[in-house]
Amino acid sequence: MRRRSILGTSLAVVVAMGVAACGGGDSGEGSDTLRITLVNHVWTENLKKALPEFEKQSGLKVEVTQLGEDQLSDQYNVKLNAGSSDIDVMMYRPLQEGKLFAKNKYLADLTDRTKSDSAFEFGDFQPGPVQATTYEDKVVGVPIITEQEVLYYRKDLLEKSGFTAPPKTLDELKAQAAKVEADNPGVAGFVARTGKAAAVTQFSSFLYSFGGDFVDAGGKASVDTEQAKQAYAYYGGMLKDHGPENISTDMSWSEAMAIFTQGKAAFYTEANSLYKNATDPAKSKVADTVGFAAFPAGPAGSKPYNIPSWALGVNDASENKDNAWKFIQWAAGKEQSLVQQKAGVPGARASVWANPEATSTYPKDLAEATTVSTANGVGHDRPLVVKVAEAREIVGQPIVDAITGKDSAASADAANEAFQKFLDDEAK
Amino acid sequence: MSTVTTPDTRSPEARPALPDGSAWSRWANAHRKWLFAAPAMAFVAVLIVFPVAWTGYLSLTDAEGSVRAESEFIGFQNYLDVLADTDRFWPAVWRTVAFTGVVLLFEIVLGMAIALLLWRPFRGERWVRVAILLPLVATPVAVGMMWRLIFDPNIGMANQVLSWVGIGPQPWLSGQHSALPTTMFIDVWQWTPMVVLILLAGLTSLSDEPQEAALIDGASTWQRFRHVTLPLLMPTVVVAILLRGIDALKTFDILYATKGRGGGSFHEVETLNVYAYGLSFDYNDYGVSSTVLIIFFLIIIGVMWALTYRKKGLQR
Repeated sequence: MRRRSILGTSLAVVVAMGVAACGGGDSGEGSDTLRITLVNHVWTENLKKALPEFEKQSGLKVEVTQLGEDQLSDQYNVKLNAGSSDIDVMMYRPLQEGKLFAKNKYLADLTDRTKSDSAFEFGDFQPGPVQATTYEDKVVGVPIITEQEVLYYRKDLLEKSGFTAPPKTLDELKAQAAKVEADNPGVAGFVARTGKAAAVTQFSSFLYSFGGDFVDAGGKASVDTEQAKQAYAYYGGMLKDHGPENISTDMSWSEAMAIFTQGKAAFYTEANSLYKNATDPAKSKVADTVGFAAFPAGPAGSKPYNIPSWALGVNDASENKDNAWKFIQWAAGKEQSLVQQKAGVPGARASVWANPEATSTYPKDLAEATTVSTANGVGHDRPLVVKVAEAREIVGQPIVDAITGKDSAASADAANEAFQKFLDDEAK
Repeated sequence: MSTVTTPDTRSPEARPALPDGSAWSRWANAHRKWLFAAPAMAFVAVLIVFPVAWTGYLSLTDAEGSVRAESEFIGFQNYLDVLADTDRFWPAVWRTVAFTGVVLLFEIVLGMAIALLLWRPFRGERWVRVAILLPLVATPVAVGMMWRLIFDPNIGMANQVLSWVGIGPQPWLSGQHSALPTTMFIDVWQWTPMVVLILLAGLTSLSDEPQEAALIDGASTWQRFRHVTLPLLMPTVVVAILLRGIDALKTFDILYATKGRGGGSFHEVETLNVYAYGLSFDYNDYGVSSTVLIIFFLIIIGVMWALTYRKKGLQR
């Protein structure tokens, strides 16, 4: 029985904060033990394989804490709020938590360190990702993973329905999805994320390709424009009309990916950095027949997002910053970046992208699709605000309304009003 | 021990000297009642009073982003805002009450039925008891994950079973209106055994004589249950309601494991606990989150008080 935990969920945080605030400071400057917190990701798996090499060469002992995205976020909320020093290196999402963390001064200023190290060559990182890890002209993180949205599809099903090439436009995508679905009972034409907040990032490419954005050039909310309304209606309509039966409105990438890899859907729009889940025979029933294509063009062309999804930062309260930087130098260095990219995780280093070896292991069509997306991509996949989680829920509401067959245009109007209020509050 | 239970009425000078007559021992002896209670009091202060008090304080501020950031004292503004919020707060209150009411009703009725069945010895009794208590020992998050798989609309077993009897697939957890009832079902599945356990303990302690007397008087099975067993068992039933009721009000794990943050895209299963969690972990609105928690805390204290008051009435 869990008595006494009446206020459990959030009060535990408060207690942890209090306790952690008293307990900090047990590792002196330059402790030999480095504590790093990483997310569950192919990047992390690759890194762990190479860790012994780093430990040997640096003489440090690395303690890895590995968590899912949400749990990682919660962990940071608790520990960083308390000013805890027991995280040295943190893997974080520049577009999700970057602004919040930088504003709260959780992230150490790395500007001098990035400048002083010529072998690391910070100038080698692509400017877009670097901009996302820079706050008020200070470098607070080093981008390690970039991603672009691409179209995953089933070669065999397309062939069976008489299509010789994947769709080039969103109209073609709709037509092909409908035909494949009709030809294959039990297989959905299209699947994508459906959760209100989770879908926002994957919806963003549709929004841009229809010619819209979350915020207009003047900084005003713009999810009620004609373009945005069309994008909502298209994304939601595809899932409603050609999505799996009894579609859930809670799906994030893992659920949507599962439907695709179980062979239950023909098309799937998702980040390319997750492609190993679809091509690994141990995880996917369709590993042999999955194909990749550039994001289909809408009225405004093919405009997928092209974003730095994860970066490494140093906890400002860490008492082991020198060693933390050593770790970042190694993990985000040229050598490891090449290793990572070859193992399927696209990075942010221009020199690695220029090296043909880096993408030699990729499926050929994925490498091509990625090149296209990198060229015409948009640098954000969610509203660029401080309280991203809240903003995502606001602009995501019309998506789930469209999926469930409600009036998505009216919902977009309501969302725009709420989003403008949110932006006004944040500007205060 | 005797020095504790029988107060020493002699004057301090008349008492025999302590083995170590230092000032500390004398002080400790004089304050022993506080000394012995101190660890427990410190525990309560650090782990219960301090967090509740600090949450109370936060609820009066506009703390957001980081609790270490500067925040302003804004009085009861958060309370006014929250109580006027018909978008998230009141629906969450309603869901919390509905969830608790429904699961409590089913758990008590089913728990009573099962406890009565298990009351009298029968062959294989031990195995049946173990089987019935199994859900209780599983962790709620694992239970949530398990049912999420079973209720998956496309590959789940629940729709498979329905198709055998000719019923079409149901949305279960993914339906906007079916999600809350489905989570209620999961809660009933998991926690009915606890009610069985409590009621069975109560039944076992009842004496056989009133039953035998009623039997001789020619009472039917229903009459014996309604007029003999139930009244005698009532104090135990109230205990079961009290324990389960408070637990059900603050259910979090099953809801979070099945529907994730915010209780689903339409906040279908967002109860007060889930709402407060989202406010602090997703929105970093510590002030508002604390306000919701304090209001929730008061609701629970109110329910607890009402139930214990009723219990006393019954035992009289």
